[in-house]
Amino acid sequence: MGGFVRWRAVILGVAWACAGIGGAIASEPIRIGSFLSVTGPASFLGEPEKKTLELYVERANREGGVLGRRIELIIYDDGGAGEKAATFAKRLADSDKVDVLIGGTTTGTTMAAVPMAERAKVPLISLAAGIPIIDPVKPWVFKVPHTDRMAAEKVILDMKKRGITRIALISEDAGFGKSGHDQSVAVARENGIEIVADEVYSAKDPDVTAQLTKIKNTQGVQAVFNFGSGQGPAIVTRNFRQLGMSVPLYQSHGVASKEYIRLAGDAAEGVRLPAAGLVVAAQLPATDPQKPVVTAFKAEYERAFKSDVSTFAGHPYDALQIVLAAINRAGGTDKAKLREEIEKTSGYIGTAGTVTMSPTDHMGLSPSAFHMVEIRKGDWVLLD
Amino acid sequence: MFAEFLQYLFSGLTSGAIYALAGLGFAIIYNASNVINFAQGEFIMIGGMTAASLVAAGTPLWLAVALALVVAMLVGIALERLAIEPARDSDVVTIVIITIGASIFLRGAAQVIWDKEFHSLPAFSGETPIALSGATLMPQSLWVIGSSALAIAALWWFFNRTLFGKAMLATSHNRLAAQLVGIGVKRVLLASFALSALLGAVAGVVVTPITFTSYESGIMLGLKGFSAAVLGGLGSGLGAIVGGLIVGLVEALASGYLSSAYKDAIAFIIILFVLFFMPSGLFGRRGTDRV
Repeated sequence: MGGFVRWRAVILGVAWACAGIGGAIASEPIRIGSFLSVTGPASFLGEPEKKTLELYVERANREGGVLGRRIELIIYDDGGAGEKAATFAKRLADSDKVDVLIGGTTTGTTMAAVPMAERAKVPLISLAAGIPIIDPVKPWVFKVPHTDRMAAEKVILDMKKRGITRIALISEDAGFGKSGHDQSVAVARENGIEIVADEVYSAKDPDVTAQLTKIKNTQGVQAVFNFGSGQGPAIVTRNFRQLGMSVPLYQSHGVASKEYIRLAGDAAEGVRLPAAGLVVAAQLPATDPQKPVVTAFKAEYERAFKSDVSTFAGHPYDALQIVLAAINRAGGTDKAKLREEIEKTSGYIGTAGTVTMSPTDHMGLSPSAFHMVEIRKGDWVLLD
Repeated sequence: MFAEFLQYLFSGLTSGAIYALAGLGFAIIYNASNVINFAQGEFIMIGGMTAASLVAAGTPLWLAVALALVVAMLVGIALERLAIEPARDSDVVTIVIITIGASIFLRGAAQVIWDKEFHSLPAFSGETPIALSGATLMPQSLWVIGSSALAIAALWWFFNRTLFGKAMLATSHNRLAAQLVGIGVKRVLLASFALSALLGAVAGVVVTPITFTSYESGIMLGLKGFSAAVLGGLGSGLGAIVGGLIVGLVEALASGYLSSAYKDAIAFIIILFVLFFMPSGLFGRRGTDRV
């Protein structure tokens, strides 16, 4: 089926070739291999990721490549299936002889490819959020996005600041929502916040008023926290208003996109959620070091694809920049050296925040990478 | 207490009516051909996506809805002409598999034609909840329930009071005999696809303001609709409605009084239980085989 569709995005450095630099330094291209969930249930993540990678590899080649070498990008579509991700990662390492791997889109596809990357000793930079990817630390595995735990911490701390001590959780019963739910429970416990109601819904449930009614009738609920992605949170938000519930409603970073505001409409007014700098680029103060980075990326992405940028589109950008900078510092693509240089990434300002990695931290983001935002009049308002 | 129960009831009615409407389309094609059309969910998606994209482009809601129904019907006709008709001499299982292939194709086409994002439609009669004894119901849910009721009445009239409808039923009972008495069985199958696509599109258009739509929203609606149709008895319009409402109500009451984590499991247990004792569903006709 579609999985074997293979984009060999051989984006030649045309400008470089035209410049007439002779065959003497016509060295091997730098090969970046990527396995993404371009189709399947995670396609809303995988597709923007693929677009970003292609856009920025082409751009890097136009600007002369790295160390005078052009970049060859090879992308496979794993359709969101772990076993396909593992196969493609193996093919990338063995037959395509890539220097570095970027992917997978989800925690599941990443973890399926991790044993292969470790064995073949190829640096792997994941675009997924799950904590298991970097905890415990695996020498060859890195990741760029925030973890669910950071989002949960941001929300729980904001609740604490408002003096809220008893909350209700309502989360999607699988994948992103499930993982976020478990992190939220742990973080709430550490911060002395009591979870008095804990409800779930399926990703495609048309109505969740039953679950919300139960929460509404639970004594002493001071705030509701919804962890999920896709259309679920928008339905939760609408049903929440339908029932006339008045306690604060929190959402996760899974819906930090304009799409959520568009779907939930007026019901989204007053909802708070943690969002990466990229989402609130326009609202960031001029003094924020992230401002120029995210503003430029957002403008470039939206110009090239005529669609709203999402947090997910920024992850491959960060991964690519970290890799290219590491190759520059390593002076080549020797894998052991490259791995070491990626680990030494320090003070890189990307779309997710400021990244400083170490041998014990293969993500390198601090909780301040998230901003707490409130939705007012259909737009984000920065709270911190 | 009562307000709580009423709210669960409303929640169940909203979901149930959506499942019921989705299930009705299965009944029609099954009636005419004994084929379960697994692309039925995609008709729902096409209705919703077409209307949503037209409204986004500035078309008035009523016109967008009308065009969405026409588009879905044309897709249904094209599907029957291009994929089902050439295989009409194959057995039922082959045709069922063709419909699965068609559903994958239609989803893929929708990804290319539209995008992978969620889309919505404005509610037909506003977003002010209707309050009743402490519980609330969105006006759009009434549209869904009303559409189901209207559809079932229209179908009843069509199958019992019109010659063409009766011809359709006759074809499903015995294709050869129907042909021998002069029924154009080819036309019957074509009409049944057009009709069920139309019904799917109606479902897609009225549920989109509640559930939103995306290129793959047909999977879930198709699956729930299929459960509803099987529970009620395949081929029975009334059965699909009752089946859908039961699934919806069980889910809502289970999440309200038991646990939301088990609501899907409870709904499936009930379906299995019913089918165990009544293999042809609540309202299904008993299968008759020639001996």
